[in-house]
Amino acid sequence: MAIPDEEYILKTTSACAGCPSSLILRYVTKAAGPDTVLVIPACCTSVIQGVYPTTAMNIPVYNVAFASAAAVGSGMSEAFRACGKKTNVICYAGDGGTVDIGIQALSGALERGNDFLYVCYDNEAYSNTGMQRSGATPFAARTTTTPAGKQDLKKDLDAIVAAHNPVYQATACAAYPVDLYNKVVKALSMPGPKFMHVLAPCPPGWRFPSEETIEMGKLAVKSGMWVLWERDHGKLAITGASKAAMVKRIPVADYLTRQGRFKGITEEQIAEIQAAIDRSIGCLQKEVESEC
Amino acid sequence: MLMIGTGNKAVALAVRDAKPVVVAAYPITPQTEIVEEIANYVTDGSMDARYIPVESEHSSMAACIGAAATGVRTFTATSSHGLVYMCEMLHMSAGARLPIVMANANRALGPGWNIGAEQSDSLSMRDTGWLQCYVSTAQEAYDTAFMAFRIAEHESVLLPVMINLDGFLLTHITQPFETVDPEGFLPPTNTPHAIDINHPGGYGTLTKGTEHFRFRWDIERGMRDSVAVIQEVEEAFAGRYGRRYDMVEEYRCEDAEVVIIAMGTLGKEMEVAVDILREEGVRAGSIRIRWFRPFPAIDLAGREVVVIDRDYSFGFGGVLANELRAKCGCRPFSVIAGLGGQEVTYDDIASFVRIRTEGGEHWFGVDA
Ligand SMILES: Cc1ncc(C[n+]2csc(CCOP(=O)(O)OP(=O)(O)O)c2C)c(N)n1
Ligand code: SF4
Ligand SMILES: [Mg+2]
Repeated sequence: MAIPDEEYILKTTSACAGCPSSLILRYVTKAAGPDTVLVIPACCTSVIQGVYPTTAMNIPVYNVAFASAAAVGSGMSEAFRACGKKTNVICYAGDGGTVDIGIQALSGALERGNDFLYVCYDNEAYSNTGMQRSGATPFAARTTTTPAGKQDLKKDLDAIVAAHNPVYQATACAAYPVDLYNKVVKALSMPGPKFMHVLAPCPPGWRFPSEETIEMGKLAVKSGMWVLWERDHGKLAITGASKAAMVKRIPVADYLTRQGRFKGITEEQIAEIQAAIDRSIGCLQKEVESEC
Repeated sequence: MLMIGTGNKAVALAVRDAKPVVVAAYPITPQTEIVEEIANYVTDGSMDARYIPVESEHSSMAACIGAAATGVRTFTATSSHGLVYMCEMLHMSAGARLPIVMANANRALGPGWNIGAEQSDSLSMRDTGWLQCYVSTAQEAYDTAFMAFRIAEHESVLLPVMINLDGFLLTHITQPFETVDPEGFLPPTNTPHAIDINHPGGYGTLTKGTEHFRFRWDIERGMRDSVAVIQEVEEAFAGRYGRRYDMVEEYRCEDAEVVIIAMGTLGKEMEVAVDILREEGVRAGSIRIRWFRPFPAIDLAGREVVVIDRDYSFGFGGVLANELRAKCGCRPFSVIAGLGGQEVTYDDIASFVRIRTEGGEHWFGVDA
């Protein structure tokens, strides 16, 4: 699919250099087109848009309370449908607004079958408030509230969402915009609740140079730390660059040691992460091959 | 049409007649009958609305916000813990100038669990930017809930409206009431800032202090202007349907030397108390405050005042008593009564008047 030239996020944002959130939003909105409303809870993207009365967005953006994106989205979508309008309603939320404070509203909206797309861009921390840990922060990562590295594992958001049987569910990564674009187009072609989880390597949060955002996303996928897939009506398929990573992967140490947030990580911890990756790739492979 | 039903049923029928496009709600005692009734109307086709059975009150208000943002009429109902749970969204809905209408069944807050009538729930949401009305009969509940949409959606108000009914004492009491022929009374919604795909813009974007300040003043102006709008709508309602309401309801006040002031169902009981006191030779009258936000202008000069609060602000006093002290410059005898559904009879109310002292406070059932 050819990606359209139209831009819905203009070159006047207040994002950091190398920001993955604005990059992802760029492709999400290109795929969605102008008949779209974004619903955005408190997160970096609340700031990226710019300051009233100006805005860097040229589609309507409705900014809402931190925990409320999915519920606002479901009300908005029901109202549009009741009036015979096909307008896309897309919630665009950070990991904190999704896996932590917003998970109840998300769960409710997915279960109710409301017609909307929820995109979680996952920079693995509360970036807006200065890089505190979230439920999506990975094991061993340092944040301002886990100064010695996080002791707990990253919450398995995708398993939680899958338990709701949304019509379409996919992962994507800021480093692979075509894969991302195609998935958004596909998601929006289906009525009902859709969910996308997009890895967003964040230079200040993860502590790497701002020109390496794409590089970091590629390392995540090539190491299998992040897997590109989709579940269309429950049926899993591995997509894009992850097909190769299912077979052959770079060591996860190559990904971890490039980021300041993993400074001081031990060999044992790296081995633990490597083992977890190999295990979860094995599980995905089994699910792909299974008939159910 | 003449109906026999509870206060809850009256609200549900008013909502049916107002024809909202989206209703999002979560059940809580003693409000449940409202949301069950509406779910039935939607299912049997007597109401053409989208009913969103949300997973919490935070989300019921959030869903109403999302729907109202597109310019459609919305309704929800809650009570007590549900109301305070959606507190954040009360601020968000008023701040976004969305004319959502909500019924609240006034109920105590835990712990311990108590489902009896108390107005501490809605009064603790006083400063959220919502208009608040307290009703006393099923008829008034029906009429006010119906009018509320026209008030909220009026171009010079554009603020949400909360209709408060005392839990059980009104929500569950069966009374006769008349429904109206709704045709033409509520103009179609016309939200000037409804989302328009052809005119994209940011809503609730990061806002600097100067603009934030201006938006707050705009809300205050909407509140102030709402007094005239309430009176205009109540006048239009009286003209068409014959039932008359005002910011407050006065009873035998013309020559009264002492007035009793309260809200909700106590406001009806105290009319009987006034009659009892008059027979004893006390020149008593009563003022039932209907609209608490915006707060009405009441002239109490030269009168003794007894205020009954079914609520309390810890460390400061009865909420209504404090509002009257601040707004009307009086020194009322403040009675705290009826918390957690405590029974308060007209005889009790008459006794409050007999023991009044200027500026005193009395906790009914606690003070000896
Ligand atoms: C109820 C509430 N609690 C806390 C906050 C403060 N807050 C705003 S954004 C944010 C973190 C957002 O993290 P995430 O969702 O991951 O988005 P990111 O900032 O990383 O883009 C927090 C804690 C808030 N706005 N509202
Ligand atoms: S902190 Fe990260 S996600 Fe947030 S604006 Fe900066 S680069 Fe983007
Ligand atoms: Mg984040």
